[in-house]
Amino acid sequence: MRSFTIIICLLLVAGTSDVSAQEVAPPSNLNVFDVENDKGEELRLTWTLSADDPNTETKEDVKEESANEPPATLNNPVVGYLIEVKSGNQKEFAEAGKVDAGVSEFKADDLERQEYSYRVKAIGADGSFSTATGISAATPVRQWVDRSKIYFGFFMLVVCGSVVYFIEAAKAGKQLKVRKIAGLEAIEEAVGRATEMGRDCLFIPGIQDINDIQTVAGLIVLNRVAELTAEYDAGLDVPTTRSLVMTVARETVDGAYTSAGRPDLYNPDNIYYVTDEQFGFVAAVTGKMVREKPAACFYMGAFYAESLIFAETANTVGAIQIAGTAMPSQLPFFVAACDYVLIGEEFFAASAYLSGEPQQLGSLKGQDVGKFIAGLFLIVGALLMTVSQFVHRGASGEKTGPLQDAISFMTESLLGT
Amino acid sequence: MLKRTVPLIIASIVGIVLILAKFSPPIQSWETEVVMWFDILAVFAFVLGAGNLNLNNLKKISERKAGWGYAAITLLAFWITLICGIGKLGVPPNEQYLGYAWSGSFEAEGSAFWWIFNYVYVPLASTMFATLAFYISSAAFRAFRANNVEASLLLLTALVVLVSQTSSGPMLSDLIPEESTWAIFKIDTIRGVLVNLFNTLGTRAVMIGIALGVVSTSLKVLMGVDQSYLGGD
Amino acid sequence: MDKFWNSLANLDRRWLFALTFLAISIPLLTGIVLPQKVTPMVENVFNAIDELPSGTKILMPLDYDPSAEGELQPMADAFIRHAAQKKHKLYFLTIWPTGVAMIQRQVATLKKEYPEYVYGEDYVNLGYRPGYEGVIKLITSDLPKLYGSDQQGTPVAKIPMMAGIDSIKQFPLIVNVSAGDPGLKQWVQYAATPFDSIEIVGGTTGVQASTLYPYIPNQMIGMIAGIKPAAEYEKLMFEKYPEIEKRPNSNMANVFMTSQEVAHFMLIAIIILGNVVMWQTGGRRDQS
Repeated sequence: MRSFTIIICLLLVAGTSDVSAQEVAPPSNLNVFDVENDKGEELRLTWTLSADDPNTETKEDVKEESANEPPATLNNPVVGYLIEVKSGNQKEFAEAGKVDAGVSEFKADDLERQEYSYRVKAIGADGSFSTATGISAATPVRQWVDRSKIYFGFFMLVVCGSVVYFIEAAKAGKQLKVRKIAGLEAIEEAVGRATEMGRDCLFIPGIQDINDIQTVAGLIVLNRVAELTAEYDAGLDVPTTRSLVMTVARETVDGAYTSAGRPDLYNPDNIYYVTDEQFGFVAAVTGKMVREKPAACFYMGAFYAESLIFAETANTVGAIQIAGTAMPSQLPFFVAACDYVLIGEEFFAASAYLSGEPQQLGSLKGQDVGKFIAGLFLIVGALLMTVSQFVHRGASGEKTGPLQDAISFMTESLLGT
Repeated sequence: MLKRTVPLIIASIVGIVLILAKFSPPIQSWETEVVMWFDILAVFAFVLGAGNLNLNNLKKISERKAGWGYAAITLLAFWITLICGIGKLGVPPNEQYLGYAWSGSFEAEGSAFWWIFNYVYVPLASTMFATLAFYISSAAFRAFRANNVEASLLLLTALVVLVSQTSSGPMLSDLIPEESTWAIFKIDTIRGVLVNLFNTLGTRAVMIGIALGVVSTSLKVLMGVDQSYLGGD
Repeated sequence: MDKFWNSLANLDRRWLFALTFLAISIPLLTGIVLPQKVTPMVENVFNAIDELPSGTKILMPLDYDPSAEGELQPMADAFIRHAAQKKHKLYFLTIWPTGVAMIQRQVATLKKEYPEYVYGEDYVNLGYRPGYEGVIKLITSDLPKLYGSDQQGTPVAKIPMMAGIDSIKQFPLIVNVSAGDPGLKQWVQYAATPFDSIEIVGGTTGVQASTLYPYIPNQMIGMIAGIKPAAEYEKLMFEKYPEIEKRPNSNMANVFMTSQEVAHFMLIAIIILGNVVMWQTGGRRDQS
C-alpha cells in the first residue's frame, strides 16, 4: 500500500512538473478603447505580451535584473493570442479573433453601439491556452465630426470662403484686374483664321469623363469657341471619348449658338462620340485631321500620351493649335508642339477670363488667397526645418524642444489628415 | 429655365453633402455610393454612345460622305466584337458551374472575344502608342531650339536627362573619381538634382496651382456662378 | 551650302521617322544586352519586396492596357517573378477594364514558371471592378463588399486565401503597375497615405514619373519609371536569384534598354542637328 502511495505521489509530482513546464504565461494589462473619429463601429484593444512570447522585451530585462538566475527557456513559446468577446446580453465569451505572437493590439470592427467585454489568452505552441487577462469593457461611440480633419476643414473654409467672398464683392461692384493670357486672346485669332481659310475648327475636350473637373473647364472654353464659330460662320467639329461628355457638349454648343444669335447653324451631328478607347480615339481623330485639315485645333481638358500625337499631326496639316490642360506630365509635349498653351491654373482661369463677368473674376482673387496660405506654410515650414538642423540634439540623440513640437504640430496636425 | 436650374440644384446639393460627408464618419461612405451611381449612369451612357456611333456612321455611309469606307469598317468591328462578347462565343463554362454553358467569363482564354482582344486590339493599341516615339523625334527636331536663354537651359536639361536614361552615359561619367572636385558633374548627380530638386519643386508648385484652380472651378459650378458648360451665360 | 542647310530646315519628317525606326529595331534584332548600374531608388523597391518574410500577402493592382504593355510588361514580369521567388501570396486586381488581360498574362507566367503555385492558395485573380478610384476608397474599408467573387465568378468564400480578408489594410505591401489615372497616384493618395500599415511601391511609364516623384519617399517607398529602372531591377533579381535569368523573356527590359540607348543618342543627335540648322539658316523655315 505504501509503495502504491509513493508511485501515485511520484506520478502526481511528475504530472505537476510537466504541467508547470508546459503552461503558457498569460498576457496582461488589457485595455479597451473606443476608436476615435469613426462611426461607432470599432474598438481598439491593447495588452502587454505574455512573458513566454518570443518577441517580448521583458525577457531581456528580467535576465539583466536577475543575472544570478539561470536564463529562462521557453518550453512552450507563445504562437499567438486569442481574443474573446462578450456583448451585453451574452452569457459566454466567444472568439472575436486571433493575432500572431508579438502583436499586442487588435481592432474589433462591425460592432453595435453597446458595451462589449473582452479578454485575451495566449496560445502556446502545443495549442494550449493560458489563463485569460482580466476583463476590460468599452462601448463604441459614434462621432459626427472627424476631429482629425478639423484643420483641413478650416483651411478649406478659408480658401472656399475667400473665393465666395470675392465673388460677392465683385458682384457688389469691386473692380478686379486680371493679367492677359495669350492663349485665350489667341482663340479669336484662330477661329478667324479658320473662317478665312474655309476650314473647320477642331475642339477636343480631353479624354476623361464629365466627372473630371478638367472636362468641365474644357467645355467652358468650348462655349466661347462655339460662340465665335457661330459669329464667324466657321465649322466646328467636337469628337468626344465619352458619351456623357458628348451630351453636355451638345448643350454647351447649342447654348452658345443661340446666345450668338445663330441657332440655325447649330448641328448636333458635329458633336459626336467616337470611342472610350484612348488610342482608338487617337486613330479616328488624327485620321480626320489628315483628311479634313482643320485650320484651328483646340485641346482643352485632361490628356495623356495622345497629346503629342494630336499636336504633331495637326502641325503637319498647318493648323494653329491652342492647348489647355492640368496634366503636368503632358504640358511639356503641348508646350513643344502647340502655338499657345494654358498651363494648369491658367486653364481653370479661362472661364472667368473669357466671360469677363466681375463675379467670375472674383473667384480668381479667391484663388490668390489660397496661394498666399500655401506660400506662407512653405516658408514657415522651410524655416522651421532649416533652423532645426542647427539645434543640438538631446542626450538620447532625439531632437526635442519647442521647435520640434512646432514641426510635429505642422506635419501631424495641420497637414496630417 | 427648368432644364438648367434643376440640374444645377441637384449638383449643388450633392456636391455640398459630399463635402460635408468628408468630415463626418457616419456618412463618409456616401461618397462611394455616389461613385457607384455614376457607374450606373455611365453604363446607360454606353448605350447612348453606341447609338450615336451607329447613327453617325450609318449616316456617313448612306450619304457616301468622304471616308465612308472607314465608317463601314468601324460599324463592322463594333458589331462583331459586341456579338462575340455578349454572345460569349467560344467561352468555356466556369469550373464551379460546369453544367451551365454561359457561366464562364466573356473574356476567358480561348473565347472569340479573347481572340479579338489579343490578336486585333492589342497589336493595334500597341502600334498607336508606339507612334509616339516617331512623333517625339520630329518634335525634338522641330521644337527643341536654343532660341534664348530659357530655351537653352531647357535644351541642356533635356540632353542631361536623355543621357542619364542610357546605360553608357552614367557609366562613362563614373570614370570621374568620387573624391574629385569634378564628381558633382557625374550624370547621376546632375540628374538627381534636376529630378529631385527642380522637377519636384516645379511639379509641386504647378500641382498647388492646379488644386486651387480645381477648388475655384468646382465652387463656381456648385454655386451656379458659371453655367456656360450647360449652354447658359 | 545654304541650299543644303535650307533643305535640312525643311526636312520631310518621314526621314526622321525612318531613322527612329532603324534606331529602335536594329538593336532589338541584335539582342545585345548592355551592363546596368543600379540606382538607389530601384534598390529600395527591390528590398521592399525582398525583405518581407516569405508568405506575405501582397496586393498587385495591374492598371494598364495593351498600349503601355511594351513599357510596363517587363517590370510587371519582374515584380511577379520576384514575389513568387519569395513565395509571397499574390492578390491581383485591376481598376482598368483592359487590365484583366494583363493579369491573365501574369497568371500564365506563374503557371508556367512556378507550377507549385496553387490558385486560391498562393495567388488569386480578383479581376476588374468599375468605379475608378472609388474602388480603392471602398476596399480600404470593405473589400468583400466589392469583391464577392474572383474573376471567374467563384465566390470568395470558396477561395482559401481570401479567408479573413476584410480590407486592403491587411496587406503590408501594394505593388502597383499603372499607365495613368486612375493608377499609382490614386493608390498612393487613397490607400498608402491615409493608412500607416500599408506601404506601396510602383511601376509606371517614364512620362508619368515627373508627377510622381513628389510622393517619394514619404508616401511611397519608390518606383520603377520606364525601361531603364526595370532593367536595373532585373539585374538585381538575377544577382540574387540567378535561376530566373535562364528563363525565356526574363530579361526583356534589358533587351529593350539597348534600343532605348540607341534611340536616346539618336534623339540627342537630332536635337543638335536641329540647332545647327537653326544657326546656319538664321531660323528661317519655309511655311508650307
